[in-house]
Amino acid sequence: MSRTLGPARSRRSTRRTVLTVVAVAVALVWAFPVYWMLNSAFLDKVTLQSSTPTFLPFGGSLDNFATVFGDAGFVRALGISLAVTLITVAAAIVVAFLGALAISRFRFRGRRSFVLALLLIQMLPAEGLFIAQYKMMSSIGLLNNILGLALLYTAAVVPFTVWMLRGFVAGVPVELEEAAMVDGLSRTKAFLRITFPLLAPGLVASGVYAFLQAWNEFTVALVVMTEEQSRTLPLWLRGFVQASATRETDWGQVMAASTVVAVPVIIFFLVVQGRMSNGLVGGAVKG
Amino acid sequence: MTSTATAPPETASAPPEAPPAPRPRRHLPALLVVPAVVLLVAALGYPVGWQVVTSFQHFGMMQQFGQPPEWVGLANYTALLSDPNLWVIVGRSLAFCLVCALLTVAIGLALALLMGAVGRVGRLTLQVALLLAWAMPVVASMTVWTWIVNWRNGLLNWALDRVGVDAQGHNWLVEPLSFFVVAAVIVVWMSVPFVALSIYAGLTQLSPEVLEAAEIDGAGGWKRLRLIILPLVAPVISIVLLLQLIWDLRVFTQIKLLQDAGGVANETHLLGTYIYQLGTGAGDFGMASAVSILMLLLTVAVSWYYVRSLMKEES
Repeated sequence: MSRTLGPARSRRSTRRTVLTVVAVAVALVWAFPVYWMLNSAFLDKVTLQSSTPTFLPFGGSLDNFATVFGDAGFVRALGISLAVTLITVAAAIVVAFLGALAISRFRFRGRRSFVLALLLIQMLPAEGLFIAQYKMMSSIGLLNNILGLALLYTAAVVPFTVWMLRGFVAGVPVELEEAAMVDGLSRTKAFLRITFPLLAPGLVASGVYAFLQAWNEFTVALVVMTEEQSRTLPLWLRGFVQASATRETDWGQVMAASTVVAVPVIIFFLVVQGRMSNGLVGGAVKG
Repeated sequence: MTSTATAPPETASAPPEAPPAPRPRRHLPALLVVPAVVLLVAALGYPVGWQVVTSFQHFGMMQQFGQPPEWVGLANYTALLSDPNLWVIVGRSLAFCLVCALLTVAIGLALALLMGAVGRVGRLTLQVALLLAWAMPVVASMTVWTWIVNWRNGLLNWALDRVGVDAQGHNWLVEPLSFFVVAAVIVVWMSVPFVALSIYAGLTQLSPEVLEAAEIDGAGGWKRLRLIILPLVAPVISIVLLLQLIWDLRVFTQIKLLQDAGGVANETHLLGTYIYQLGTGAGDFGMASAVSILMLLLTVAVSWYYVRSLMKEES
C-alpha cells in the first residue's frame, strides 16, 4: 500500500496542475470580451484603427469617457433609464412584497391559481407579447412615456420578485411576531418592528433584481420608445451598432459607453447573484 | 438557501376558517394580491387577450388609419401555416435553440466538473470570470462582440489572419450560416455561466463519503462520473436544460443587434425578429398576432414541466 501511495499521489498532483491550467485558460477566454471592452475604452481612434490590435491600454486616456459624458444623447438616455429603473424598482418592491406576504402567510381561495399564474407568466416571452403591448400603449397614448415603460417593466419583474420574496417571508417564523404580540404589541406594530427588519435582505435582493432587469432591458424599450428623444441607454447603445454597419465607427467611444452602462450592473449583479440563481433552480439543487 | 424552508410557518399562520376571525382579517389576503393582479392583468393579460382577438382579424395598414378591423376567422392561421417561409423560420428557431441549449449545457457541465476537480485558486479564477461574463448587460456584450467580429479592424479577422486564414475584410454577418455561428457563440458565451454555476452548486451538495466509498470500491474517475455523479445531479441538469431551451427559443436582442450590425435581416429572422418585422415593420398586426400566439403556445408547452416541478416544491 505504502509503496503505491507515492507515485499515485504525484500522478494525481500533476493531473491537478494540468486541470488548473485548463481552468485558468478557460477563465481567460470567458473574461476576454469584458477585458476587451475595458481595454478599448481607454484607447484612441487611431490606435484602434491600426492593423494590429493593442492588447494593453498603455498610453490610453479617459478621453472616450469624457466624450460620452459630454454627449447630449447619452445624458438624456441616462436620465430616462434612471427614471424608468427607479420607478420600476419602487413599484415592484411594494407590489411584490404585498403579494409575497399574501401567499406565504395566508391560505385563501385562489392562492394556488395565483401562484400558478405567477410561474407561468414568468415564462412568457416578451417577444410573443410586444406587438400587443405596443398597440395598447399607443391606444392609451403612453408610447414614448417613462411611466408607460415602467408599467410594462414592473409587470414583467413582479412574478419573479413575488416568488423570490415568498421564500424570505416564509423564513421569518410567525412565532416571533406572535411573541411580540403576547408582549403587548399590536399585529401591525409586531409586523413592522419584528418581521420587516428581518426581511430587509430580501427586499434589497428583489430591488436589485428589478434594477438589473429594467436597466438592461432592450426588447420592450425598442418597441415602445419609438422616438430618438425617448431612448433608454440600451437603445442609445444600439445606435452605435447600427452606425457601425455603414460607416467607420469610433469603437473606443462605443466601448467607453458600454463600460459606463455595464459597470453598475456588474457591481449590483455580484451582490445578488446567489439569490437569483437559487430562486430559479430552487428545489432542484436541493435534490 | 433562500427559497427552501417554506411549509411549516404557513400552516401555523392564521387559518382563514378560524371562526372568530374579525372581518378585515378575512379580506386581508385578497387585498394584498390586488395590486399584483391588477398590474399583471393590465400589462400582460390585456395584451394577450387583444392578441388572441386580433389573430382572428384582418388588421393591417388600413386599420392603422382608423378603419375597423374585419373578422376573418382562421384566415391568418391558415395563411401562416401554409406559408413555407414561416416553417423555415420556425425550423430555424428550433434548430438554433436546440444547438445553443445543448452546447451550453454540455460546456456548462464540463466547466462545473472542472471547478470540482481543481484547487481553490483555479476554481475562484474560473468563477470570477464566469460571473463577469454573466453580469454583462446584453446590449453591452453585443457591442463588444460586434467590435470583435467587425470586418474592418476587428480582432477576429486579425487573429485568423495570423493563423494563416485569409480573412482580411471578411464580413461574417453577411452569410446566414456564419451569421448564426457568430450568434450561437455569443449566446453560448452568455448562457454558460448560469448553467456551470448551477450545476457546480448541485455538485457541492453531493456527500464526499459516497464518492470516497465508490473510490475505495475501485470505481475509476470515468465510472464515478457516469454511475454516481451524473445521476445525482441529473435533476439540476434537466432544469437548466429546460430553462435554456425556453430562453434560447426567445432570443431577440442578439439577433436584432447582429442584423443591425450588418446581417441580412430577411435571411436571418428567428421567431422574435420575424414578429417584430411583421408588426412594426410591415404593419400587419393580424399576422403578427397569430405568430405571437404560436410562439406563446410553443413556450408554454416547453415551460409546463418546469412550472409543474416548481409547483410541487411550493406545496
